[in-house]
Parts: sequence; structure tokens; C-alpha cells
Amino acid sequence: MIEIKNLTVAIEDKQILNGLNLTVNDGEVAAIMGPNGSGKSTLSYVIAGKADYEVLDGEILLDGVDILEMSPDERAASGVFLAFQYPLEIPGVGTMTFLKATLNAQRRARGEGELSTPDFIRKVNGAAEKLEINKEMLRRALNVGFSGGEKKRMEILQMALLEPKFCVLDETDSGLDIDALRIVSEGVNALRAKGRSFLVITHYQRLLDYIVPDVVHVMSQGRIVKSGDKDLAKALEASGYAEYRTGEAA
Amino acid sequence: MPAVQETIDRVRSIDLDQYKYGFETTIEMEKSEKGISEDVVRFISAKKGEPEWMLAWRLEAYKRWQTMKEPDWARVEYDKVDYKNIYYYAAPKRPAAMSLDEIDPEILKTYEKLGIPLREVEVLEGIAPERRVAVDAVFDSVSVATTFKAELSKAGVIFMPISEAIREYPDLVRKYLGSVVPVTDNFFATLNSAVFSDGSFVYIPPGVRCPMELSTYFRINERDTGQFERTLIIADKGSYVSYLEGCTAPKRDDNQLHAAVVELVALDDAEIKYSTVQNWYPGDNEGKGGIYNFVTKRGDCRGNNSKISWTQVETGSAITWKYPSCILRGDNSRGEFYSIAVSNGMQQVDSGTKMIHLGKNTTSRIISKGISAGRSQNTYRGLVSAHRKATGARNFTNCDSLLIGDQCGAHTVPYIESKNASAQFEHEATTSKISEDQMFYCQQRGLSNEEATALIVNGFVRDVLQQLPMEFAVEAQKLISISLEGSVG
Repeated sequence: MIEIKNLTVAIEDKQILNGLNLTVNDGEVAAIMGPNGSGKSTLSYVIAGKADYEVLDGEILLDGVDILEMSPDERAASGVFLAFQYPLEIPGVGTMTFLKATLNAQRRARGEGELSTPDFIRKVNGAAEKLEINKEMLRRALNVGFSGGEKKRMEILQMALLEPKFCVLDETDSGLDIDALRIVSEGVNALRAKGRSFLVITHYQRLLDYIVPDVVHVMSQGRIVKSGDKDLAKALEASGYAEYRTGEAA
Repeated sequence: MPAVQETIDRVRSIDLDQYKYGFETTIEMEKSEKGISEDVVRFISAKKGEPEWMLAWRLEAYKRWQTMKEPDWARVEYDKVDYKNIYYYAAPKRPAAMSLDEIDPEILKTYEKLGIPLREVEVLEGIAPERRVAVDAVFDSVSVATTFKAELSKAGVIFMPISEAIREYPDLVRKYLGSVVPVTDNFFATLNSAVFSDGSFVYIPPGVRCPMELSTYFRINERDTGQFERTLIIADKGSYVSYLEGCTAPKRDDNQLHAAVVELVALDDAEIKYSTVQNWYPGDNEGKGGIYNFVTKRGDCRGNNSKISWTQVETGSAITWKYPSCILRGDNSRGEFYSIAVSNGMQQVDSGTKMIHLGKNTTSRIISKGISAGRSQNTYRGLVSAHRKATGARNFTNCDSLLIGDQCGAHTVPYIESKNASAQFEHEATTSKISEDQMFYCQQRGLSNEEATALIVNGFVRDVLQQLPMEFAVEAQKLISISLEGSVG
């Protein structure tokens, strides 16, 4: 599904990712944990194609195709989705308008027909209900005046509508209370399917109690330094990142 | 949102050459001699077969104009206009058409290319399912066609070129012409008074609701020609009219002058809604060419309970100097100003409104949305004032500016004057920028650069677009996207 090979990335001459290798298999949920500054968010931005990052070496293959040359919207149409740690507010643009514009833009880019308005509304309502997003929220401008939890739920709603192949969740648990964490996690779990894989970036093991990963990777100094099953996350929670920080200093 | 989709398709369909109305029509023209003089004023008046009083009015204006100085207080910079080097009158050689069949086919083709429905017959016969809008088309200095005349006259509505109205309804014209914008009002208005060649005249009789939208379409075609149109709209007691105005011009390397005067008069209980989509050629990206748009527009809410509403979408012109205003003379009268001003490239816009509260319990509302991109400068300049007797006057003003890129400027210059303690004036203003993070967020969800900009900008101007008649709103939305083409990325 996704193969990242020898990814080396700098921002403003500072090298952040140092020959990172990572494979996420079809249908797999992989978690990435690691201390602050280990390059987790950089990895998510580089996958999504944010400007400002200079890729010095390596490749990112989605189903065998290198996406590094693609623009962010082309990557999106190919099935890459990033759930932002801090979703942006778009004043004046109704949530429904935004959802429809993005969904149809992706469909057009893939050569599929646009969704009719009734079909679109049915689809949104179905997905919104599961995430406990009410109609009033859908009527507001996108993310404007939303609470932290509402914004995160809106990210998952978009993920559900766009049906991506590869979903990156960048610290989706940050700023969520227990109830919101449960709703968001259930939303993600409902999307787990063959043909769709996830990369869940988090500091805390707590999220992984709800979204149980198939694989856990530990990231430090811009590369994956250890991989294991879900018990690795639990071990990390107990011991902390000290071991890996020492690695940094060495 | 089908409109958004249409915007996107429209943006897609255009190539790098953004200004699609830049073509030129080749047609034989009759012009006055170059420059301005008493003889030129007389020439224009004679061409129009005007009565003596009209000529005297023009000559008086010309005399005054010679003593006046071009205003320089606006935040715009440009090479001064050489008034000696302009043609003040240019008209297609064929005489004015009595019916659509008599119009020079080249002109008809021009308007067809511009998407202006002049062929009312087809509409009436139901061949072309166009919306029913009566159009007065002004080509350089003269009106070439007015549609739906017969149907309008059944309702008692007078809609004709002002040159015709001066001959056919001299009393009406004489009573109102210059009564809102006096001959000596300002440099450009005075110049217009001396040399105006055509424009539209509208009179709605008492109690009549005009049965269709009225529209004037202005086209500057001829090189080195100034367009000085004059529009006069009178809504008699209890009447209603909605009027649309559109404008384009061919691309040229030199600047062309457009100095129009529009006067609106609303008597007791009457309402005038005036909408403009201004798309004069803005010049190229280096600031070469483009129209100087120096326009005086003013409405007089002369009667009690009258209402005048200006809505403008300004995307064109190299320089815009324009302040559609309302004099709220009648008690309980209301003035509105809704504006979207888009500037890109090297365009300079200094636009806004004046709301002059004279009568009791008069209200006004100003919603201005300025969008600056490229290396353009966009200024909102507004005045809200309450006269001593304007007890209970109220105004609400909201000015929002959106910046795209970091080389453009947005400026807000509001003046507020109140001589009545009971007046309540509110002013809100914001300035924001489309951030790179917002763009990235939209792109991550699958929108291209252009689609993302269009979406964000449409969100920004939505309040004002809602004020436009529906078809016009769709058109305006497209125009805004096209104007901003290439401004991001």
C-alpha cells in the first residue's frame, strides 16, 4: 500500500527526516509514537505535500506510484488524506459547500461523475449522524467557532466522505476529552477496511486503547528506530521515551 | 453550489489571457475633432439635435470646467490625462437604428460576443429562453439599441437613450438633470456635463412596478475615445425599478477615460435598486493600458419613505474613482451600498460611498468587501453624516478587506460626522489574508490552487452577492474568479 524509502527531508536547511523507511500494508493500522521533535508531524506534512519542506532524497510510493512529484490536490485525489492536528477555519464558506466542493473536485480528478445534491446530502447526513455532528454544525462556516472536539470530528467526517486509501491522523487525540475521543475513535474504527490503511501519529498510548493498531513504530531523530505490536505502545507508556532520547544525545 | 462549480469551470476554460472582452470591433466611425473646445461642445449638441437650453447648459458647464482642477485626494497614482488628446464624441456611421434589424451587424455581433441579449424578438417569441431584461446598449458615444420599448411603454415606463429623451421629454429631463449631481459638483462631473453624448433615461410613473429589469450595457470601442455617459433615473411616487449596468472595453496599451454621471431620484415611497458589474479593461500585469474610471454616481431619496440601493461589483479598470452615494432627504428614507471591489495586477481602486442623512429617522447600511491581489492598492473611502435635523438617523457600516499575497495593499478611510445627538452610527472593519495554511488545507482535501482561492473568496463576498439579481450574481461570481486568476501560487 504505502512504502516510504530512505526519506530525507529538510526545512530551512535543518534536516528533520534522516533516511526514514516505513511500510504500511493494505488494511493495516500503523501507529507512530515518539518524543517531541522526532519528526512525526514533518512526516505527515511531507506525505500530504506541504510546501516549505525540501525532500533531499527518498521516495513515497502509494500502490507503487511515487507521489512526491504530485501537487497536494493530486495526492488527495489519489487517496491520501491528512487529518490535521489543527484544522483550519474557512470563514464565509459553509461546511456543506466545502464538503461538496472537495468531494466533487476529487471525483472529477479521478474521472468520476459528480454526486447529485440529494445523494450528497444523504451521504453527509449518514456520516454526520455516526459522529454526532448535528445539522446546525453543518450549516456553519467550516470550523469557524468550532470547539477543538468539533473540529476533530469534522476531520473524521471529511475522511468518511472522501473515502481515502491512506489516512494519516496527526495527533488527532490532542485536545479531546474522553467522550470526544471515543466518538472520534469509533468513527475511525468504522472506516477500517480492506483497501484502506492508517498511519496514526500520537504521543500517548491512550488513543491506541480505542484505535488498536496492528503495528507500532517508534520514531526518533527522523527515522523509525523500533517496531513491534500493540504491546510496544504499552511498554513505552510505562518507560517513557528516555531510552530514545538518550539515543538522540549519543 | 452550482454557482461555485460554474466558477471553477469558467476559470478552467480560460487561458492565461484573462480579459476575454478585449477584442475590437472594426466599424466606420464618425468622430468629433480631437480635444475639447466650445466648438466640440456645440458639435456634440448639434449631432444630438438638442434644444437651445441643453446647449446653453453644456456651454455653461464647459466654462466652469476650464476653471476647475483635477482632484488629487484619492489614493491613486496615474499619469495625468491629456484632455486635448481625447476624442469626445465617436459614433458608428450608420444612423441610429429604428429597429434591431437596422443595427449594424458588426455591432450586433459585438454584443452577442459579450453575451448581451439584444434580440428581444427571439425572447418574445420564446425562441431563446433568455431572462427578460430590457437593454439599452451604448457603443462608444451613442446608444445603438433599446429593447422591449413597446412592452415597457404599455406600463407607462419610459426607457430610452437620454439624447432621445432630451428631445421627446424635455420637461422631465430639464426638471431633474443636474438636480442630484449639480453641473459644478466636481471636475469629472462638470466635464461630463459639457460633453456627455449618451446614456439611459428612465422614468417610472407613480405606483408602477417596472415589469422587468432594465439594463444598460456600455462598450468603449474606439481608440483614444473618452466615454461620457449620463444616466438619469426617476422613480415617481410609489414606484419601483431595478436597474443593471455592465461595461467592457477592448484591450489597448494606452489609457482610456470613462467619466460618467449617474443621477437617481426617488420620490415618496419609491424604490430604486441599481446594480453595476464593472469590468472595464484593467490594463496588463505591468500596469500598461486600462480604463480610468472616474465616475460620479448619486441618488437622491427626495421623497418620504423612499429607498435607494447601490450594489456594485468592481473588477475592471486601471484606476477606479467612484463613490455611489445617497442623499437621504425624505423622512424615513433609506440608503444602501453593497460593494465588492476586486483589484489585481497593478490596479488601483479608491471607492466607497457617502450617506448624507438629512431627514428624520433615515437609515443607511454599507457593506463593503475589498479584495486585493497582485501589486494592487484597494481603498475604501466613505462618509456617513447626519445633518442637524436628522433626528433618529442610523447607519451600520461593515468594511472587510481580504489580502491575497504580500505585495498588495488594503486601506479603509471612513469619515463620520454627526450634528445630531440622536444619530446612531456603527462601524465595523476587518482585514484578513488568505493564509498559506488555509490554502494547503483546501488543497489537501482535493481543491486546486484556483478552486481553493475561488471558494475562499466566494465565502468572503457572499453577503454582497446575495444582493444582486440572481443571474447577475452568477456572472459576478465568475468575474471575480477570473479577475483573481493567477493571483495565488
